[in-house]
Amino acid sequence: MAGGTMTGLDVATIRKDFPILDRAQADGRPLVYLDSAASSQKPQAVLDAMDHYYETTHANVHRGVYTIAEQATRLMEEARDKVARFVGASSSREIVFAKNGTECLNLVAHSWGRANLRPGDAVLLSEIEHHANLVPWLILREQLGFELRYIPLGQDGHLDLADLDRLVDGVRLVGITAMSNVLGTLTPVRRIADAAHAAGAVVVVDGAQYAPHLVTDVTELGADFFAFTGHKLLGPTGVGVLWGREELLDAMPPFLGGGEMIRDVRLDGFTPNELPWKFEAGTPPIAETIGLGAAIDYLQGLGMEAVREHEVRLTAYAMRTLTARHGDDLRIFGPSEPAQRGGVVSFAYKDVHPHDISQVLDQAGVCVRAGHHCAKPLMRRLGVGATARASFYVYNDESDVDALADALDATSDLFC
Amino acid sequence: MGLEDLYREIILDHYRSPRNRGELESPPALRVEGYNPLCGDEIVVYLVVEDGVVADLKIGGQGCSISQSSASMMSAAVKGRTVAEARAVIRAFKGMMSIHEQRLDADGQPEPAGATGAGDGDAVQLGDLEALQGVVRFPVRIKCATLSWNTLQQGLDDAVAAGAGAGG
Repeated sequence: MAGGTMTGLDVATIRKDFPILDRAQADGRPLVYLDSAASSQKPQAVLDAMDHYYETTHANVHRGVYTIAEQATRLMEEARDKVARFVGASSSREIVFAKNGTECLNLVAHSWGRANLRPGDAVLLSEIEHHANLVPWLILREQLGFELRYIPLGQDGHLDLADLDRLVDGVRLVGITAMSNVLGTLTPVRRIADAAHAAGAVVVVDGAQYAPHLVTDVTELGADFFAFTGHKLLGPTGVGVLWGREELLDAMPPFLGGGEMIRDVRLDGFTPNELPWKFEAGTPPIAETIGLGAAIDYLQGLGMEAVREHEVRLTAYAMRTLTARHGDDLRIFGPSEPAQRGGVVSFAYKDVHPHDISQVLDQAGVCVRAGHHCAKPLMRRLGVGATARASFYVYNDESDVDALADALDATSDLFC
Repeated sequence: MGLEDLYREIILDHYRSPRNRGELESPPALRVEGYNPLCGDEIVVYLVVEDGVVADLKIGGQGCSISQSSASMMSAAVKGRTVAEARAVIRAFKGMMSIHEQRLDADGQPEPAGATGAGDGDAVQLGDLEALQGVVRFPVRIKCATLSWNTLQQGLDDAVAAGAGAGG
């Protein structure tokens, strides 16, 4: 496995760990993958961990008393321990697995929300939230009739906290992304959480873009809940993580019902299982959870500080290079200071629609996301229908940025 | 599968110089909105149907070159036609844009336009619209091409329901 060094990540070596990056596309084009904010690629170690599990150990968990069933249970619970250490949880009982980050946020809305929110209460979100941290609350508001408020987007891609004290007044829950998937903005989660706690609110943090790229310490962030997903973090699709403070999770009613989440069932009622299984109805994504554990091992082998340092440097290079090459034709959204953002660069290029940009870039093997990025209210706020977005991870380097800058010339040739 | 299959010159011409671009006062014009949830493109079709004829039509909204050029070509193709003729063009166009299993069996090659989907026995000449045939090879973009057409279809249904399409 590639290791982090004092001089940063050895990207050439890291790329060899990712089978999909180690070969060209089927038609011979290179693969310049700049869409890790949508989903990351997977290192061989993650694929091997899942294969090995299926080839040697598969059985359902928390049921059989025979050897491989016990081993499967142990592998899954070891992965839970890895996740707990990765986010700084005080106990593995605080780590709940669901199918993705979106389901984790829905769990909080429908379990904590239904038990605690009443008409006349208020919930505070921000204008830059992903739909995953907007729509569950919009659905719940229709059913329960509480008030929704929003922290506005201010200057230079940052949230405007000028009215924060007024906004949190009387609020029961604050939902905030730790990093915008469109602007790359790292939000002041701790400051918002402190204000929320002073107002008696709980804080749910959407960490989907944050956890894969920065050192995560849920206590340091001031979170009460923290949700993220495996597939953006070098892991497989199909597994998401909700960390929650144990006393909150303990007091919450179950979300989905079924096997695994119960201690006893009678025809006239049930007793839920203890944490964290109370929230894990049905057979869990066992192989995927084990794969996620392997992904965390891989990232920690690199070192999350080194990952972050690499991405700040590459983001700075991208902003500098794209601006130098394309000048006023290119508009980059979000904070102008790379250290205040993650490895996400959304941009507009001349008047060319992002769909067309992405289509032309694809001819050069350059994969960027084009669209509203599941953040339509933010798109309206920015006054655009869509943006093109390049995003970076441990396997990207300057050559990927150069390929993007080169391919944009072809866009100009065709449409302008 | 090169970009020239997708971005034909006539498509880029309609994209750069869209026909019937603008708004109509509504009412009396019908105003119908269409959304592509995939990419956030929005199209607005302003439609005046009188005596069963598409008397006037304007296109508003924003979108990519494929959705904008398709809307532009559509406006040129149906303006001044009867509602029945407009529906036939819609059917033929959507037929050209659909991926049937037979076509997948036939290695993804679209059937010749005009041979499909008119439904009333008359082959519809799609003319310039045939330039959009290449879109079928880029499946993600099919929704871009059909957005304005679905929106127009909704508008015609609304117009007929409101009685303006009598005779159509």
